[in-house]
Amino acid sequence: MYGNDFSTEPSEPLNAAETGGVEQAMAHEDRRAQLLSEAEVADRQEQFDALIAADQRIEPRDWMPEAYRKTLVRQIAQHAHSEIIGMQPEGNWITRAPSLRRKAILIAKVQDEAGHGLYLYSAAETLGAGRDELLDALHSGKQKYSTIFNYPTLTWADVGAIGWLVDGAAIMNQVPLCRCSYGPYARAMIRVCKEESFHQRQGFEILWALSRGTSEQKAMAQDAANRWWWPALMMFGPPDAESSHSEQSMAWGIKRFSNDELRQRFVDMTVPQAQKLGLTLPDPDLRYDEESAHWRFGEIDWSEFKRVLSGDGPCNAQRIAHRRKAHEDGAWVREAASAYAAKQAKRTAQAREEAVA
Amino acid sequence: MSPEAAVTTQVRPQALARYCLALGDDALILTQRLGEWMSRAPQIEEDMALGNIALDLLGQARALLTYAGEVEATYTGEPARSEDDLAFFRDEREFRCVHLVEQPRGDFAFSIARQLVFSTYQYALYSRLSRLATSPDPTLAGIAAKAVKEVDYHRDHAEQWTLRLGDGTQESHRRMQAGLDEVWPYVDELFTDTEDAAELASAGVVPLPSSLREECERRWTAVIEQATLQVPEPTRRSRGGREGIHSEHLGYVLAEMQHIPRSYPGSTW
Amino acid sequence: MSDWPLWEVFVRGKRGLNHTHAGSLHAPDAQMALRNARDLYTRRGEGVSIWVVPAAAITASSPDERDSFFDPAGDKVYRHPTFYDVPEDVEYL
Repeated sequence: MYGNDFSTEPSEPLNAAETGGVEQAMAHEDRRAQLLSEAEVADRQEQFDALIAADQRIEPRDWMPEAYRKTLVRQIAQHAHSEIIGMQPEGNWITRAPSLRRKAILIAKVQDEAGHGLYLYSAAETLGAGRDELLDALHSGKQKYSTIFNYPTLTWADVGAIGWLVDGAAIMNQVPLCRCSYGPYARAMIRVCKEESFHQRQGFEILWALSRGTSEQKAMAQDAANRWWWPALMMFGPPDAESSHSEQSMAWGIKRFSNDELRQRFVDMTVPQAQKLGLTLPDPDLRYDEESAHWRFGEIDWSEFKRVLSGDGPCNAQRIAHRRKAHEDGAWVREAASAYAAKQAKRTAQAREEAVA
Repeated sequence: MSPEAAVTTQVRPQALARYCLALGDDALILTQRLGEWMSRAPQIEEDMALGNIALDLLGQARALLTYAGEVEATYTGEPARSEDDLAFFRDEREFRCVHLVEQPRGDFAFSIARQLVFSTYQYALYSRLSRLATSPDPTLAGIAAKAVKEVDYHRDHAEQWTLRLGDGTQESHRRMQAGLDEVWPYVDELFTDTEDAAELASAGVVPLPSSLREECERRWTAVIEQATLQVPEPTRRSRGGREGIHSEHLGYVLAEMQHIPRSYPGSTW
Repeated sequence: MSDWPLWEVFVRGKRGLNHTHAGSLHAPDAQMALRNARDLYTRRGEGVSIWVVPAAAITASSPDERDSFFDPAGDKVYRHPTFYDVPEDVEYL
């Protein structure tokens, strides 16, 4: 799951590409070793522009403008981090799922988030950004994740609301990325979108069951909708007028629709679903505009968005601490496996030598 | 075949229902413990692996509990209890799992040691159950035939990690040995010939638990020695799980697992 | 020590098809790479066979050589059956 809500501050060092980490990782890459003349760069830029103009895909070993690479590394990494951090709010309910069927679905879904994170880290690797380096950037707070995951899952209905609203918003964001100009990212997104198609449906199904249940269950569903609606709308990122990266990303074919366009589509799609569920969305200004055939919604509280993004959300510290602890607790395991692999390689080599002798 | 047909003259359905509950409870409670690993594994790839194992076990638990409920209904005359009735509305004393699966998650080495023990045991059990050529109980044999492929993979996963942790670094060797030492007091209980199991075994419906032991021990010893570790010789052994006498940990597992359905009785989720 | 190498994963979707590149993953050795690939890339029954290859072992053509590698094949139209003029009423050609 993923939103466009990582950062509004382009000046802060968001990613490894801006901290020198990537430069090191790419030192072995032949493209970095070549010093190109100005004319050669212009030539390559022209080829790159032509590919973008023809809506062709850029592939890993192609020359690409450094800013394009940086933008992609940042976006893919943050997308991957979102999947990994996104395991936590839902994982929180695995041991408490109220039926065995729901428990199976939830384990499969949280596992999918891990898988999607891995597909995306894999895409980032093709740009020379190693997994360890990206995880370090996540753990140190240098890179962000979708800020929606800084909200807590307090009741079972929240698992439904995440599937319905958060995955719904994520799919809205992600489907256009299947046509992203960078090949490995687009291919990862195709796989992610295919697999995620069940996520939103299962969320709706959870709320559907609650909405036909007891008054307590209905109240639980309404409470979840109240808490998740506005943060879900924030997932599309700041309004177009304030979105710093948008225009260039559109030109590069990384982004296909603006934040506001996607947000409007999401609202138009979701309001009738809420009505079907018998839920009231917490926006007194929400109304259907016959003329434009769109649902018009009230002012989003961007100060809350900025506050949560900057670290002052209910779960920011908890999410990162959880993730870091998993990583640190696992260090001895990863070291053991590496040590074993080295021993085995040595044994194989020795056995071969002895066989030759 | 209907549950009624499975009930032969030699076998009381009560014994069969309780036996299925025991296997189902083992799988269900271990699912809870594995589920705790999600988002906490040493590498994200391992979150995936443990998630797959948990899903397999949960599938087994659901099939076994459902069947137990159907068999039970043949003698209670009540409507069959569903998998969820059995999972969420039985009290601790009515659960029949072994103490092994109840123990807290521990570190990765403990979890791997437990998986090594449990998956090897499950493999021996399910492969025998599925091979009972003219099984008087095709439902149980069918569940086992599906499960045996799953647990074959679980066993391989545990063995691969046992080798790497045992023969990895000094620290991992120490932790893996400690994990085995902690787990071994719970091994014996898996092979207890309960009255139910003995009755079913004499009718040829299931293998006698104690008859699975040698195969398991051979397999454990081989992998543990290859991992430069030692098979522990525990001085204590757990007992009583199959009769509903559990470790203190199970109460907490159930409190967590059951609290929503019990807080809202009669609700559908 | 803890930075496990990168492996490229190829999956055969079903019998009769080639192995196709699925993505990559990290694993300490080939055995674990295969297992991780199984858990990551075939959990919806997408495969019947998996290859894993250390990413470092792959030699790839460079985009800089693209012209000399691939352009010369572009004008050899006589390699394609549609190049040939044959009477329309001749069968089995």
